[in-house]
Amino acid sequence: MNTVLVTIISFALIGSIAGVILFLIAKRFRVVEDPRIDAVQEVLPGANCGGCGYPGCRGFAESCVKADSLSDLFCPVGGNSVMEQVAKILGKEVVQKEPQIAVVRCSGSPEHRQKTAFYDGAMTCEIASALFAGDTGCPYGCLGLGDCVKACTFDAIHINPETQLPEVIDDKCTACGACVTACPKGIIELRKRNKKDRKIYVSCVNTDKGAVTKRACDVGCIGCKACVKVCAYDAITVENFLAYIDPIKCKLCRKCVEVCPTHSILEINFPPRKTADAAAGKEVSEVTTT
Amino acid sequence: MSSTNQLTVAHSPHQFGDDSVQKIMYRVLFALVPAFAVSLVFFGLGALIVTGVAVVSCLAFEYLIARFIIKTKPTLWDGSAAVTGVLLAFNVPSNLPVWMIIIGSLVAIGIAKMSFGGLGKNPFNPALAGRVFLLVSFPAQMTSWPVVGTRMNYLDATTGATPLGIIKEGVQNGQPVSELLAEIPEYSQMLLGNMSGSLGEISALALLLGGLFLLWKKVITWHIPVSIIGTVLLFTGILWGINPEKYADPLFHLLPGGIMLGALFMATDMVTSPMTSVGQIIFGVGIGLITVLIRVFGAYPEGVSFAILIMNAFVPLINKYVKPKRFGEVVKHG
Amino acid sequence: MKTFPKGGVHPPENKISAAVPIEMLPIPETVIIHLSQHLGAPAQPVVEKGEQVKVGQLIAKSAGFVSAPIHSPVSGTIEKIESVPDTSGYKKPAIIIKVEGDEWIDTIDRSPDLIKETILSKEEIIARISEMGIVGLGGATFPSHVKMMIPTGKKAEILIINGVECEPYLTSDHRLMLERSEELLVGISLVMKALGVSRAVIGIERNKPDAIAQLTSLSGQYAGIRVEPLKVKYPQGGEKQLIKAITGREVPSGKLPVDVGAVVHNVGTIVAVYEAVMKNKPLFERVVTVTGKLLERPANYLVRIGTPIEFLVKAAGGMPEDTGKVINGGPMMGKALLSLAVPVSKGTSGIVLLSQSAARRKPVMNCIRCRRCSSVCPMGLEPYLLQALSEQARWDEVEANRVMDCIECGSCSFICPASRPLVDFIRTGKANVNRIIRERSK
Repeated sequence: MNTVLVTIISFALIGSIAGVILFLIAKRFRVVEDPRIDAVQEVLPGANCGGCGYPGCRGFAESCVKADSLSDLFCPVGGNSVMEQVAKILGKEVVQKEPQIAVVRCSGSPEHRQKTAFYDGAMTCEIASALFAGDTGCPYGCLGLGDCVKACTFDAIHINPETQLPEVIDDKCTACGACVTACPKGIIELRKRNKKDRKIYVSCVNTDKGAVTKRACDVGCIGCKACVKVCAYDAITVENFLAYIDPIKCKLCRKCVEVCPTHSILEINFPPRKTADAAAGKEVSEVTTT
Repeated sequence: MSSTNQLTVAHSPHQFGDDSVQKIMYRVLFALVPAFAVSLVFFGLGALIVTGVAVVSCLAFEYLIARFIIKTKPTLWDGSAAVTGVLLAFNVPSNLPVWMIIIGSLVAIGIAKMSFGGLGKNPFNPALAGRVFLLVSFPAQMTSWPVVGTRMNYLDATTGATPLGIIKEGVQNGQPVSELLAEIPEYSQMLLGNMSGSLGEISALALLLGGLFLLWKKVITWHIPVSIIGTVLLFTGILWGINPEKYADPLFHLLPGGIMLGALFMATDMVTSPMTSVGQIIFGVGIGLITVLIRVFGAYPEGVSFAILIMNAFVPLINKYVKPKRFGEVVKHG
Repeated sequence: MKTFPKGGVHPPENKISAAVPIEMLPIPETVIIHLSQHLGAPAQPVVEKGEQVKVGQLIAKSAGFVSAPIHSPVSGTIEKIESVPDTSGYKKPAIIIKVEGDEWIDTIDRSPDLIKETILSKEEIIARISEMGIVGLGGATFPSHVKMMIPTGKKAEILIINGVECEPYLTSDHRLMLERSEELLVGISLVMKALGVSRAVIGIERNKPDAIAQLTSLSGQYAGIRVEPLKVKYPQGGEKQLIKAITGREVPSGKLPVDVGAVVHNVGTIVAVYEAVMKNKPLFERVVTVTGKLLERPANYLVRIGTPIEFLVKAAGGMPEDTGKVINGGPMMGKALLSLAVPVSKGTSGIVLLSQSAARRKPVMNCIRCRRCSSVCPMGLEPYLLQALSEQARWDEVEANRVMDCIECGSCSFICPASRPLVDFIRTGKANVNRIIRERSK
């Protein structure tokens, strides 16, 4: 009985002394923080993906509170709705931004792009690209070792085992840009997110002359400018033998897709074409539905 | 020179040594053969059954866990599970029931090794974790050692106390050491392994032989064994010098029990020992000290397993603070 | 016997071409000369498409202090100046010359006579070395004149000549030491004069006893030159390891050899210095070992820079059926080639062909913490730790664990029983830490 009593009393004593010490320390070393930081952090997605350019959501929240205007700050994951809430909390002007999505600009599956070497090192794109241009004839194309997959905190990008190329899952992609930074070849681009996630883009980054590109890959852009001629909206430019479709100017008319001789312009998430006569169109849809 | 002949590309170096994890593990197994032979001579059937069951069950658990729980390619033939099995068997009495050995293997492989991620990831020596689990769960069976020479018996073997147990109990009862020494085998007999004890730990000579092989093949370095044995000799020597009637002499502490097995095979486990020579010496000294403390002042007659496990826990700390000497380190007086 | 004390490995030597004398290779039809033949700023072309050039004519000038000029290795017409793949497969600017005959510029002294005396001053020697485009021929291709200019406040005390050739397979330096001993020794005297040092030591590993004997007997005629036989151990040819082995001094982390009074040059470089200073000959050819167990005729060739590697392999008997890997350089630090169409550069010390089975790495296993990597690391690093930290992109810790000291010798990957890609990850670690350091200093 006595032992029990002693135990209880001593524990109670130790507990209360520790409590007092903790209280004093907390008081002495209190950090005064703007309560709005917590409020802002509360509405942020909390993924700590770094897509905003700040170290985690808290860092972003602090910057939002400190900044005079929100024009340079944007949470790509939360998008406009979250930024509206942030602006409301802080009483600042909201800046609308176009929602974006990541696209992988390489279609060089083994079927289209011959392997010319066997890579035997550590399986990361960063290490492989530091060593050599790639195990295919195309020094610009995807290495397929999945640094983008590792970088994605949203599980939104995967390597398709058949094409050995990364694929973005539209619903999961938040356009945080982690994969864009992770790709040593600069293949991934953030583009405007269109209605129903429709996408039209040049799926190639090869800036070699047409003939050189053609030798390395069947579906590479050869810079023939056929797409430029057919585009009614002046959205396509060709530089260094590589076409680029301006996502803002593009009206998704799909004319360029039809004329591209190497099928390097992709159309994704479009309904099947009404004129089913064009054999080329059929082929394209095969490529895009994988 | 056509495109069909694909060249292999990789970062340098392009040439490699011929050593492998398998070779290291099989060398350890080979080094354990003399000790196993000795225990076959002294414990016969029991030694065979216990070792066989331990090895088979360790391999089985490794395979099953890798295949069905972690879902990786099982690395059964790297030899590490077999080493764990043999070492577990070497650390238990030769009359331990089969089901207990299986439980020990499950703890060793399942909890101490695979739950941390498998080969190379475990902070504690798996065999010792299994052994200590058995010791605290089934203290009676784990501390009744068959006497030597009961070759055809397994579960029904006659049991007797180990030399360490005899001395410990005697000293606690107030008997002088000189009197107790008469009750235990002569040192020369203990060196050969002619005494009660765990299956594989009895013959210091056979273990030493295996240890020398590992040193020769550069599987282990001298740092850990020498620092453990040196510390035990020094510490028990001091105690012996203070009162030879209360404390046994240093040589006695080396022969029975798990010192030799521990110092040469268990503490030198690559995965759970420090990464620098200095770190290994600290590690060895720690094991030596804790072993003697447990043996002389603690409740158990033997403490090598606990000592190694305790020092295993310090390995990350040692690795953090003890770094190899860097080339061109800026020396102040330089 | 002297050697460096810490770490090191002993890979199979495989010096199959050691007894094959240096042979002059014919000139190919076209040569490709990349503008980055050296460490530092790429050279700037001074010729134009269609222009006629002679052997030894300047075709690209030095683009800064740490840079070197490039001279035409052939006579002919400049076909084009454009980007073509280098050894890594990435496109780099290059000058492509169509070969016509073999006409040398007349300032080059082509006589075989040995010239021992020079009236040139210290500064003139260094200027000649710089003009003639001499770079380190051991593989690092660091412009040699930079090493000869001792920064103010520092003093060179000893010249160390690297005749170690610790890389397996390679024998070009060995052959040079045997066949061009006198030129080498005169070259050493020249560099000693340029540096203002009175002592020079030639470090040679014990597996080249003929070179040791010959140079020891000849060096008696030259003041201050001595041969130091060294124990065979890789990476003894590493600058810091060689200085440690010969002088016992350790170059502090982040410092240069001259901080401990030493300057190191490769034997090939010294022979090139002799030719540049005494014969007015720019660096446009070098000795390349072409070797491999499967190769029909392993050999040491004197090759014009820009010759396609294909051409060398053909001369040595053609590419064997079972070839799995072609290495530009030695098997420990060389670069695996994607294609044989790439040219020999100033830094190409050898071409090593490995069979399919020797080319592939063994499957990677978990680290068993055997500590072999840290025990063989000549720099006293912990490769297993650097690898793990690099894999997790913990760059600040990678830096704190001294990744920048790594010399990428590959000893750790060589010894690893679990075949882990240690050097692969450490290189990434170095690249990232380098980037972070640069950003910080901005």
